[in-house]
Amino acid sequence: MIRDITLGQFYPVNSVLHRMDPRTKLFGTMVFIISLFLADSLWAYALATLFLVFCIRMSKVPFSFMVRGLKAIVFLLLISVSFNLFLTDGEELFRLGFLKITREGLRMSCFMGLRLIYLVIGSSIMTLTTTPNQLTDGLEKSLGILKVIHVPVHEISMMMSIALRFIPILVEETDKIMKAQMARGADFESGNLIQKAKSMVPLLVPLFISAFRRATDLAMAMEARCYRGGEGRTKMKPLKYERQDRMAYLLLVLYLAGMIAIRTVL
Amino acid sequence: MAIKVEGLNYIYGQGTAFEQHALKDVSFEIPDNQFVGLIGHTGSGKSTLIQHLNGLIRPTSGTIWFNGTDIYSEGYSLKKLRSNVGLVFQYPEHQLFEVDVFSDVCYGPRNLGLGEEEVKERAREALGLVGLKEKYWEQSPFELSGGQKRRVAIAGVLAMRPEVLILDEPTAGLDPRGRDEILDQIKELHDKQGMTILLVSHSMEDIARYADRLMVMNHGEKAFDGPPREVFEHYMELEAMGLAAPQVTYISHALKDAGIPIEDSITTVEEARDAILGLLKRV
Repeated sequence: MIRDITLGQFYPVNSVLHRMDPRTKLFGTMVFIISLFLADSLWAYALATLFLVFCIRMSKVPFSFMVRGLKAIVFLLLISVSFNLFLTDGEELFRLGFLKITREGLRMSCFMGLRLIYLVIGSSIMTLTTTPNQLTDGLEKSLGILKVIHVPVHEISMMMSIALRFIPILVEETDKIMKAQMARGADFESGNLIQKAKSMVPLLVPLFISAFRRATDLAMAMEARCYRGGEGRTKMKPLKYERQDRMAYLLLVLYLAGMIAIRTVL
Repeated sequence: MAIKVEGLNYIYGQGTAFEQHALKDVSFEIPDNQFVGLIGHTGSGKSTLIQHLNGLIRPTSGTIWFNGTDIYSEGYSLKKLRSNVGLVFQYPEHQLFEVDVFSDVCYGPRNLGLGEEEVKERAREALGLVGLKEKYWEQSPFELSGGQKRRVAIAGVLAMRPEVLILDEPTAGLDPRGRDEILDQIKELHDKQGMTILLVSHSMEDIARYADRLMVMNHGEKAFDGPPREVFEHYMELEAMGLAAPQVTYISHALKDAGIPIEDSITTVEEARDAILGLLKRV
């Protein structure tokens, strides 16, 4: 039941995208997002689609897995599409009472819908091909410059990777406690709102206790291994750019240039 | 016939890279008042199997009958089933949540919709069955020792008066004394209350001592099923599965190989003692 969360879930297959340096993927995702906001013509979206399809094929992750992430934004998607559809002024195509659909509105809402869908799929590709640890490693390294102005980059990324690391554990724990209480006749589904909220107590109390227990255990284990923050700490797997990363950067530059060109020419 | 399982298959994450065939065509019957031991190395499908028996996991294919009724037939109440087939999870003390021991044990029977007096009556009875002294009943469950917490958790399931009790490694992480106490109490539930017991364990010694029957799971399949002494005869195959027979079984086999005419299929220390003393008398 709660296991169906895709955003931020790693899909373990071996592909070029999986082997790529996380910094490349972070940067690539950023470029893709920027390019989506640059796009305002059919040709631009065609190029973005081409790029996205290429990335999906390269990642070897089943397409159905990426679409799952879209479930979370269905509501947002509906709202933004319908707002754009009905509230944009312009050449009228169709009218139903006070609702009117214009050519510009149709165009805007299509583009807006595509943009949102591509945004989610694009970032899903990154999270599906990068383990949370790689991701925070990449962030730490990319944001390293901020250390100069005393931003605790290492501490933040350590907290992030611990938080990410614990999501699946806590999900599993929730599942286990839920089942244990269901074995004692608990019912988490039926009843009105107050009854439902009340039925969460036997789930939440043990979950919090276990989270605190795990936190103290982890702190102890880190201290036992002399953890003292990021100063002078080396990595077991230092990040290094390979040939595929250089290729990817080249491709990204070309793609971005293409998008800018389409925008200026058309 | 308390529980009957036929052709049970369970596949995790079907159609994804995480796909895992956790149970492959498992079938068995457990008659009333049997004490069954279930062993298997980590990831062999034991935990998945027992969660099927009270309807917490729905099988991919296959049928489960409780007292002759298919538990997924129309209108069958899974809640009722869960009160009849009590399941005690691993580290059950992690599910405690109430302010005091007594209220926590009341949680199960209260969920069954019983009257307040009946609920309290059952809680008192269950706490008595696990042998927890009355002075602890008003304490917070978090102030108790590990073994005591576990008893409270087991009482929480017993308070629903199940006919079948399934326990997933009830002695994990306990000291030897706490372990023996818990197991003796389970044995008593079997002998005196006539409960059907399914005990998942990693300790071959415990299984040999308590169980009438032993089932072995390996890679999601039922590998052996029979009286413990018969199953432990296959100790070579068990080793290949990452399991073992009780240590005395090895000693008796070594003695036999050394030419001493000791009897076969010794599984407990007491049996070994009697057999060796018997041999010595004859000399």
